[in-house]
Amino acid sequence: MATQSLQKLGSNLAESNKQLDILSNGIFKNGELPTFKTKISETAQFPLKAKALEILQINVGYMCNQVCDHCHVDAGPDRKEIMTRDTMKRCLEVIKNSGAHTLDLTGGAPEMNPNFRWFVEEAAKVGIKDFIVRSNLTIIRANKKYHDLPEFFKKHNVHVVSSMPHWTRGKTDKQRGNGVFDKSIKALQDLNAVGYGMPDSALRLDLVYNPSGAFLPGNQAAMEKDFKKALMEDFGIQFHNLFAITNLPIARFLDYLIASENYEDYMYALVDAYNPAAVKNVMCTNTLSVSWDGYLFDCDFNQMLELPVNSPSKHISDFNKTLLEGRDIVISQHCYGCTAGAGSSCQGVVA
Amino acid sequence: MSKPYYDAADLRKFGKITEWNEELGTKFFDYYGKVFEEGALTAREKSLIALAVAHTEQCPYCIDAYTKDGLERGVTKEEMMEAIHVGAAIKSGATLVHGVQMMNKVNKLDG
Repeated sequence: MATQSLQKLGSNLAESNKQLDILSNGIFKNGELPTFKTKISETAQFPLKAKALEILQINVGYMCNQVCDHCHVDAGPDRKEIMTRDTMKRCLEVIKNSGAHTLDLTGGAPEMNPNFRWFVEEAAKVGIKDFIVRSNLTIIRANKKYHDLPEFFKKHNVHVVSSMPHWTRGKTDKQRGNGVFDKSIKALQDLNAVGYGMPDSALRLDLVYNPSGAFLPGNQAAMEKDFKKALMEDFGIQFHNLFAITNLPIARFLDYLIASENYEDYMYALVDAYNPAAVKNVMCTNTLSVSWDGYLFDCDFNQMLELPVNSPSKHISDFNKTLLEGRDIVISQHCYGCTAGAGSSCQGVVA
Repeated sequence: MSKPYYDAADLRKFGKITEWNEELGTKFFDYYGKVFEEGALTAREKSLIALAVAHTEQCPYCIDAYTKDGLERGVTKEEMMEAIHVGAAIKSGATLVHGVQMMNKVNKLDG
């Protein structure tokens, strides 16, 4: 189990260009596997173009109370990148004028940003249709000052999306750390208690499942059924939907794939499962990702790889809807993670 | 220089058997795909049966494939181990139940 970020450990994989080197060389350079560009060109889907903006995803900081084995953000308690109130103010201006119907706050643990509550209060006033906070659940139980988060979320009609790798303690704690399962269960019960996740409740509670190792997620609907049955039988917990998300080969997951000698097999599995129908709906075509320091990216993964948007409008302070729409999406081999099988996005399957 | 009989990388080439007999190969893979679809049994239950049989058949490709398939479906290692014990119990039972034949023969010849 990891206890520190790759950045803190001084790993060379903490450098995004080192990760991009790995993804561009080896089996992709020698032609054993086609590059993502080659693959999508087969169905005339290159270059991928951004459509109208629908989802604005804001990463308010990389600090987290957990150090999960496969975190693509390389988040942890030792990460100090935190969005300032000034940058949040700029984001609020964009939220008002962007036309996006969904606002999606992520991290790290977004709740650890000292201005998180202020930002949620201000953003909720804009009246955006779907206001998501990606909560890791354990933060709600991490400290007394977070115990009232379910009530706070309810007050602002926030849509809570939480990670839950498995319905058993063993598999959950192996991936996310000892004690995570019990705390997550308690947090889910707290959320249920205020009305989140209940059948027909407008307080949306969805769970995110991502595999605990070097394999792809199974059928989303079948997994949802298994999660619902087990969580209800064992703990009386209810939730709305399960999003099955594929682990992308970057950051800590890439480090794990290489260390466990699974990298090549995993890339083969992703390429074998390539589904051109998923390409049509990949999230980068309707999403913009904003980093803690206000820069714009096609997705949270490109943010971590430091691949900025291919547009003159590169920062939240010079956000320009017209310039961003129709931009070419920046791609590399990690993109295969979003087009495998039924596809993968922050909202689950796409095909 | 000796090469192993089994190469894990060959599993990916399984589909190529169709190249040397398209009709039978295609019929087999259609049938195979249909068998594993959700039916009266869930696809998850079928995956566990396949894992147990993979062991009794001692097919290394099948063991790789259905271990991974089980993980993808959220099957736990405890469930996997129980499933292969079922296979092992039937295997050993099938051996031991023939003991009755031996006993019959002894009783007849040396009773």
